[in-house]
Amino acid sequence: MGTLIVLIVFALFITAILTGGYNKEAIEKFKKSKAWDWLTTVDHKKIGIMYFISGFFFFLIGGIEAIFMRMQLIVPHNDLFVGDTFNQLLTMHGTTMIFLAAMPLLFGLMNAVIPLQIGARDVAFPFLNALGFWLFTAGGLLLNLSWIFGGAPDAGWTSYTTLALNDYSPGPGIDYYVLGLQISGIGTLIGGLNFIVTVINMRAPGMTFLRMPMFTWTSFIASALILFAFPALTVGLLLLMFDRLFGANFFDHAMGGSSVIWEHLFWIFGHPEVYIVILPAFGIMSEVISTFSKKRLFGYTSMVFATVVIGFLGFMVWVHHMFTVGLGPWSNSVFAVATMTIAVPTGIKVFNWLFTMWGGQIRFKTAMLFAVGFIPTFVMGGMTGVMLALPPADFQYQDSYFVVAHFHYVLVGGTVMGIFAGAYYWWPKMFGKMLNETLGKIHFWTFLIGFHLTFFPQHFLGLFGMPRRVFTYQANVGLEQLNMLSTIGTIGMVIGTLAFVFNIVITFKKGAKAPADPWDGRTLEWSISSPAPEYNFAQLPLVRGYDAWFMEKQAGNKEMPAAEPLGSIHMPSPSFIPLLMSIGFFVSGFGFVARGDYSMGILGLIIVFIAMFMRSFDQDHGYHIEPHEIEEANKGVKA
Amino acid sequence: MVSRQGMWRVLTVLLLATLVLSGCQGHDSLNVLDPSGSAGQKQLDLIKWSFFLMCGVFAVVITIFIYVLIRFRKRKGIDVMPEQTHGSNTLEIIWTVIPIILLAVLAVPTVTYTFDLADMPREEDSIKVKVTGYQYWWEFQYEGMNIKTAQELHIPVGKKVHLEIHGKDVLHSFWVPALGGKMDVIPGRVNTMWLDAKKPGVYQGKCAELCGAGHALMDFKVIAEEQADFDKWVAQMQKPAVAQTTSQKEGEKIFMQNCLGCHAGTNPRIIGPDLNKFGTRTTIAGILPHDEQNLKKWLKDPTSVKPGTLMPKIDYLEPKEMDALVDYLMNRK
Repeated sequence: MGTLIVLIVFALFITAILTGGYNKEAIEKFKKSKAWDWLTTVDHKKIGIMYFISGFFFFLIGGIEAIFMRMQLIVPHNDLFVGDTFNQLLTMHGTTMIFLAAMPLLFGLMNAVIPLQIGARDVAFPFLNALGFWLFTAGGLLLNLSWIFGGAPDAGWTSYTTLALNDYSPGPGIDYYVLGLQISGIGTLIGGLNFIVTVINMRAPGMTFLRMPMFTWTSFIASALILFAFPALTVGLLLLMFDRLFGANFFDHAMGGSSVIWEHLFWIFGHPEVYIVILPAFGIMSEVISTFSKKRLFGYTSMVFATVVIGFLGFMVWVHHMFTVGLGPWSNSVFAVATMTIAVPTGIKVFNWLFTMWGGQIRFKTAMLFAVGFIPTFVMGGMTGVMLALPPADFQYQDSYFVVAHFHYVLVGGTVMGIFAGAYYWWPKMFGKMLNETLGKIHFWTFLIGFHLTFFPQHFLGLFGMPRRVFTYQANVGLEQLNMLSTIGTIGMVIGTLAFVFNIVITFKKGAKAPADPWDGRTLEWSISSPAPEYNFAQLPLVRGYDAWFMEKQAGNKEMPAAEPLGSIHMPSPSFIPLLMSIGFFVSGFGFVARGDYSMGILGLIIVFIAMFMRSFDQDHGYHIEPHEIEEANKGVKA
Repeated sequence: MVSRQGMWRVLTVLLLATLVLSGCQGHDSLNVLDPSGSAGQKQLDLIKWSFFLMCGVFAVVITIFIYVLIRFRKRKGIDVMPEQTHGSNTLEIIWTVIPIILLAVLAVPTVTYTFDLADMPREEDSIKVKVTGYQYWWEFQYEGMNIKTAQELHIPVGKKVHLEIHGKDVLHSFWVPALGGKMDVIPGRVNTMWLDAKKPGVYQGKCAELCGAGHALMDFKVIAEEQADFDKWVAQMQKPAVAQTTSQKEGEKIFMQNCLGCHAGTNPRIIGPDLNKFGTRTTIAGILPHDEQNLKKWLKDPTSVKPGTLMPKIDYLEPKEMDALVDYLMNRK
């Protein structure tokens, strides 16, 4: 009851602030501050930056968790983090890296770049875009608060039942997992939907589907995967929530449920999920390799086709995560063959990248180094991927360190290297400053070498009989040296990441101002100033072919031809409702984790409904930027 | 011409060389790459076959990759605009069709082996064992022999063992790396697999599915013996163990009063391993060496040995009582 009173007072306090019945002057001051500007923004560029920053923050947290695990495993019978503590680390590392680091970092780049690449002034649903970001943040914070209040989830990022049920995980850990992911999942779903509509509806005149840059294409397909895959997770989490909070028995075999259903639901989501995080990285690689080789992307159409095929097949292979469940040889064989076929479109992509560089003028800037380092690393992950697709062999690999090595090769070697490449490549466009190249090169080399040193030995650890998710191993059975080597390797990744952090800091302090087109780019985002103006394009560009900006430069033009006369530009107004609604979800999630009589959970939902109500009856016509303002701004830039 | 066998040998040597270069080698009690069972051998064949095929693909990619990076890097002072090629249909077809062929070639043994391994051995030339996974130990019941044991699976060399895998609490996964691949333990489902050992030895077993705090320590052993030794073991297991000395009889009384609830299955909520014949085991709790000191350590504070175990602390016995209990247990042979 005490908490309820505190909450009601808190709610009244917020209402007082929002209605302005408190201290008008202070509120006016706050409303004009930068913080308020960022909290209420619906500008895709600012949302992109916020996604990137929070994603990078969670990336560091997930990295620290990984280091703790490798410290525990450096020698056998170590007692630094044992039992449940280690299980919490491995669960939070996986969950954080997938949901709270990889996805938001990619969403950050997608937000910052896609509207610019397709020649749009904004995304289709700016309000939803902000809502998606705040929901993701609310879910991520809720999940990580588990470390402080009651213990983190400890049943693995896959959270297999029955381990994840009340009987075997009585603490609030799994509740944080269920509700945190549910909330951030709604955000992701909204974000994905927004990008699908943006790409379909907002392209500039002349920007046909087959003229879209590769990053836009792959993100578009990834968004479609989000649309179809996340509902499976939502359903799974909902059932798990009912099992845990309301005494349902969906996954309890003793009551007629089945834990295999959870595995199916999880992997129907989970396998497309890995393509959701790898496809945009493929897109980044395509852009970077093409730009820094000064060549058109080789086999553009087949690249698009391969992306679509990978996305489609991604839904057909989930059982390869479940070969040892005992579904029988027929099921295993069918899914094995389906899985192997994915190697074909992926191979097409790799060869197209190689032949994009063939005959080019390769400039080894940091972004390009990451793209180049990505190729052999990812191909190795692909090799072990095919090996894992064979059920009899998988009986040996499954849940061993071999699998750990495999997915780190594709997720770190693919997604993380892709994100780094994208960060160095688009940093000037996002922030208007150039990242330092020397530090960038240190970042690349230490990270790459550290990565291989960490994860290459893990293939052999698996083959020598070490299961994954273990907090220790026996001495004198051939596992010591490789584990030691693997832990030492993390030092390289740590130095690399610190070099990146340092690079960001000194770039903010005294980085060189970025020109509009620092890399001799090929796509539309490089045709406007760095960073892009609030309205992106003063006049929507007319797109006359693939690599539109490069074409115009070849034709001797200094800027894109305009598709419309200079006129007044309509902009969406900022809104605090996305933030308010997310706070409501956060309070609600926290309340349901706290259990009790659920009063706090219900209060949170009431906040959500109030926010929805406010949004529904909000008369928002946006505002306009007039041509003379644009001209003045342009003069300012030139002077 | 080098024979196919010869090729394999060369490639195996190369693979081993890589391993030696990486400064390590697996231990033969749990090495997937040096199996002692025919299931493991089949799986290793497929692992090797796919590995070398993939190495071929990798070699092609890496050759083009290195050539491109050296040949087409931008040189100082040269500033030409490369030709903007659109692509090549011929090349696209080549790198679509060749992988499809390679994968088709790989798919044939894959599907064959998948069905082979799912084929259960005939009853007359196999023994059947019911395996049950608990947090965090394993129970083995031999069908038709009236033997129930825990943590140690004795099998006769050369005979296929039909395993029927049951689950009671959470998911586990039954894995003996040196004998063959794994099978999940799923409450509410019965899974089957078979294993055999081609030579006598002690093979380590692991739980491969995260099952809670003690997951890393849910070890067991497969002890493969020649048929005659196995028969001797069976005979010993079927003979009831009787307390001999007064100390052992004292220990038996303490055991009856303190342990029987869980360890003889009368407590329906908590089931502990069957301790009949405890004296024949080679480990305590599946991990500690089998001696009196370790047994006392385990009894006094089980969670310090195996986090999360349901075994309660037996720290309230007088030292004399503890000695009697340990004496009794160690002599249940």
